[in-house]
Amino acid sequence: MTVLLRLAALLAGWPVRNGVGRERPPAGAWVNGVGGEHLGSIVVMVPEDPGVGGTPAAAAPLDPESAEWLRVLADTGPRREAALARLHELLVRIARGEVARRGPRLRITGPELDDLAYQAAADALVAITGKIGQFRGESRFTTWACKFVIFGVSAKIGRHFWQNPGVPLDAEDWDRLPDRFGFDPAQEVEWRDLLAALHRAVDEELTLRQREVFVAIVLNDVPLDTLVVELASNRNAIYKMLFDARRKLRATLAAGGYLGQDTSRNS
Amino acid sequence: MNGWSALDRFLRTDPRDVGCAQAMEMLHVYAELTAAGGPAEERYPGIAAHLRACGPCGEDFEGLLAALRDEAR
Repeated sequence: MTVLLRLAALLAGWPVRNGVGRERPPAGAWVNGVGGEHLGSIVVMVPEDPGVGGTPAAAAPLDPESAEWLRVLADTGPRREAALARLHELLVRIARGEVARRGPRLRITGPELDDLAYQAAADALVAITGKIGQFRGESRFTTWACKFVIFGVSAKIGRHFWQNPGVPLDAEDWDRLPDRFGFDPAQEVEWRDLLAALHRAVDEELTLRQREVFVAIVLNDVPLDTLVVELASNRNAIYKMLFDARRKLRATLAAGGYLGQDTSRNS
Repeated sequence: MNGWSALDRFLRTDPRDVGCAQAMEMLHVYAELTAAGGPAEERYPGIAAHLRACGPCGEDFEGLLAALRDEAR
């Protein structure tokens, strides 16, 4: 199917080969190991950042390039089709760059990775055309548009791992825990009690849903966005669940003397 | 980083964290400001806190930033 036919099908809402275009992309992506910067969860939100949430800021003046994008995309006929083709070309380029960037850390290679990029670009195009009225000019139009294709890549990767999990998503092997946090087996005598306390806190302090999320992400290394698909949820909800679980677990371990009291503003 | 500090770091939460929904909503603004060398962390501390803690959103931010830099070349 040519790109233009594919675009026409997408924008008309027709079914397209490879499932392109009809699938509502959940947010999604790959999660680093527990010891890394990212294992997250979520949260909340006390003072909001200026400009985040709340009353939308007044529309910013558009830069000429963004204004031109909006103008041609609001047009009809060949000019709009040409703009859509140009936008799709940009999205494919960004998507391919993004899958290439993430590729070395994924169990996806070759044509499958390329197909994933095309699917993400197609989904992004649908999202952009559907939400173009929400563009407030706070960035260049192309930056706003590229955000959707990055989200699309994450969603596709999350769904890919949901369809091809390395381990059963509901497995529960607590022997993995030391390795997930990088505890040295040779020093087990030093951390055995800590991890036993953590296991106990997971069982006794968390809600069933928090426990499910903790086990999947922390023990099984399931990408958060894969869990989004598995639980038919969204990234924010899963992150918040894990955030609350982390907070509870840390408080319990600190109260038991296993971790220091948190005296930072992050307590 | 040993296991103790990795676990401690993972369990710590930041109350400034705005969560995924708000971070994703503003990611294009934050990334463009960052790419331009602007004070993104200072202007949006809640988003910065979130991107440090949330793997998927942090990954999306890195991807968007890389895309902006590639397109600028």
